[in-house]
Amino acid sequence: MPRREATPAAGGAAATPGDDLDLSQVAVIVREIDPHGNLIALLQRAQEVYGYLPESVVDEIARLSGIRASRIYGIITFYAQFTTVPTGRHKCFVCHGTACHVAGATRITEALEQELGVADGETRADREFSLDSVACMGACSQAPVMRVDAETYGNLTADATRKIARELLETVAAAQGGGSDA
Amino acid sequence: MPEAAVSAEGVKVGVSQSPDGRRRVSVCAGTACVFAGSLKIKDEFETRIAEAGLQDQVEVSIIGCHGLCSQGPLAVVSDGDTYYPRLKIKDVEAVVTEHLAGGTVVEKLLYTDPASGERIACAHDIPFYKAQDRIALRDVGVINPENLDEYLARGGYEAARKALTTMSPEQIREEVLASGLRGRGGAGFPTGMKWKFAAASPGDVKYIICNGDEGDPGAFMDASIMDGDPHAVLEGMLIGSYAIGAHDGYIYVRAEYPLAVRRLRMAIAAAEERGLLGDDALGSDWSFHLKIKEGAGAFVCGEETALIASIEGKRGMPRTRPPFPAVSGLWGKPTNINNVETWANVPWIIAHGAAAYAAYGNEKCKGTKAFSLAGKIVNGGLAEVPMGSTLRHVIFDVGGGIKDGKKFKAVQLGGPSGGCVPASLLDTPVDYESLAATGAIVGSGGMVVADDTTCMVDLAKYFLQFTQNESCGKCVPCRLGTKRMLEILQRITAGDGEEGDIERLESMALNIKKTSLCGLGQTAPNPVLTTIRYFRDEYEAHIFDRRCPALACEALVAYAIDPEACTGCMLCARKCPVDAATGEKKQPHTIDQSLCIRCDACRAACKFDAVKVVSGPAEIEAAVHAQHT
Repeated sequence: MPRREATPAAGGAAATPGDDLDLSQVAVIVREIDPHGNLIALLQRAQEVYGYLPESVVDEIARLSGIRASRIYGIITFYAQFTTVPTGRHKCFVCHGTACHVAGATRITEALEQELGVADGETRADREFSLDSVACMGACSQAPVMRVDAETYGNLTADATRKIARELLETVAAAQGGGSDA
Repeated sequence: MPEAAVSAEGVKVGVSQSPDGRRRVSVCAGTACVFAGSLKIKDEFETRIAEAGLQDQVEVSIIGCHGLCSQGPLAVVSDGDTYYPRLKIKDVEAVVTEHLAGGTVVEKLLYTDPASGERIACAHDIPFYKAQDRIALRDVGVINPENLDEYLARGGYEAARKALTTMSPEQIREEVLASGLRGRGGAGFPTGMKWKFAAASPGDVKYIICNGDEGDPGAFMDASIMDGDPHAVLEGMLIGSYAIGAHDGYIYVRAEYPLAVRRLRMAIAAAEERGLLGDDALGSDWSFHLKIKEGAGAFVCGEETALIASIEGKRGMPRTRPPFPAVSGLWGKPTNINNVETWANVPWIIAHGAAAYAAYGNEKCKGTKAFSLAGKIVNGGLAEVPMGSTLRHVIFDVGGGIKDGKKFKAVQLGGPSGGCVPASLLDTPVDYESLAATGAIVGSGGMVVADDTTCMVDLAKYFLQFTQNESCGKCVPCRLGTKRMLEILQRITAGDGEEGDIERLESMALNIKKTSLCGLGQTAPNPVLTTIRYFRDEYEAHIFDRRCPALACEALVAYAIDPEACTGCMLCARKCPVDAATGEKKQPHTIDQSLCIRCDACRAACKFDAVKVVSGPAEIEAAVHAQHT
């Protein structure tokens, strides 16, 4: 399960992501959740609000709570759920649990990588798609499975995955300007 | 099998009626069924029932995992517990008009028993369910997990009432000890003993924790209990809190289980509102407060000291024991941790007595154990059987054997900490000691079945990749040892294995087991050791013959078209994403080896079985050569 890069500068999107964010929500979160007893829950909330945890947000949490940024990064880099780079507008999660692995999950990931043009564990430069491998989703009897945003897919083949990916690309192209001028 | 077991009451799968006496359609909303589209089926039932004007007589409800996930999406109609598997949207109309309105079971939609070929109408008569005894899963797939009344209607919170109002804490601890219940998270430590230690620890402030950080890939028992019967966990913890003397408890739930978190939160709120939890629980003078802690994605947090660190808001890294959590746990206070399934068993034991529980199981291991069955098995899903049942019983009687008529090769138990058990050991009883003797473990209860298309070296590599990724990095043997082992396995599956690799793996494995700090490192080499022990020939084929017998390792196989079988239908060429498969219409096609990415699309598409997968240098050369003759 390759984890999302945790170094603030990585990710291929904006050079210093998070510079343009409205940081006023951080104070609300720090007031709501005790940073000293509940730092993980606080970071989960912050990620929910901002979509990811850029340097500016982490610095603001550090400033308001008095907890050193190094300690906060210690938590962020330890837990797979946290990301310091923005995720895509469309999030694809391919299950790589044991049942999905023996049913060919690797081929599902490869198919998405090729069709969507994004490497596993990363976000495409235009931030349309992010692709992640996740540990077991608990739907082993439908293996291999994946989730794209809120939609779930089971009993996949590489071919079926490519079809789903192409439909997704069409939806995105249509949303980008209604043009068919690929 | 325990002949003298308690009556079937409470241990066979059933479907409850709607609390208001209406007939009911229960649509499975377990994870696998949701992936298969069950929520759309539920909507369709609601629409069709309203159209037929039956909404006053028939209720549509969701249930937690019903068990037979490979038959999803499925629904059960309360009259006669009629079982409708693999429903499609268009099937719903027939169930509503013919069965619900007309009173006739829809024969063509019923379950067909693969063994006898007969249709079976009632859920209880399906071999998969018949072969089980459900204690921990007693209400899962039976009640609507979002409705406290349904739990109460099945005797819910009566065990807690009995415990809090008629028993002393010591009596409860003795009862749990006498039941023989052992930790269902995998370690198998006697639960009653653990409770005694925590109760005996000095201090006024104590904690109890439910470990819901079910991280083993291929295991979903705990998730199914948490989202299918959350009150069973709450009631078990309430009883435990009184027996141990802890007024506060935490349920630590894995980040990947948002549904479990939601259902548990709803359950806690409902129980508090009714006075079942909180101050003066159940009208007694006992107070117990329960909080949810969401994990953030770290497998190692299933280890109890790491889990405690994570609840405290720190990096989830384990520490050396002693002191054990019973002495110094959460915030340095005496703490008792049990796994979800262990807690869920407690109310049943208190309600029915230790002897009734101990009637299940064998000499050393009492009671029942839930397993998730996955992989190349016919009946994939959730099953609970008495401890001491054989692997053969679980995989063939309950699980229905191997999919697509293939041959059983091995069953992987206990996830990344467990091992692979081969066909020759299928009569091993499922209990902690017997499975440990094979090199595998009961573990949390994940069983993934492999057939001859599963490469055992690749499976070992898969698990080591997992543990290596999840190693917290605190101790050297686990951090670096698993990495070095993984590199060797990567070399072997890439066709660059060397003589001595197997022995190197074995010696590193033993050292890592001996010297790692916590259970993650101590068990990480198990998948490698058991596959070497039982499938050494596969390792040797990879290393010495550059051949993958299961045709699974991409670097060691090639795809080639058999000109005798190819009709030139061009389907493979159309499906090939890299234009490696080419040819003229009605002429045998060929696959360009320099372009082929071994994605399997051509083989999957070919209707004439003309795309051959071969492994081994000589075999590959022959097959590629044949393409051009």
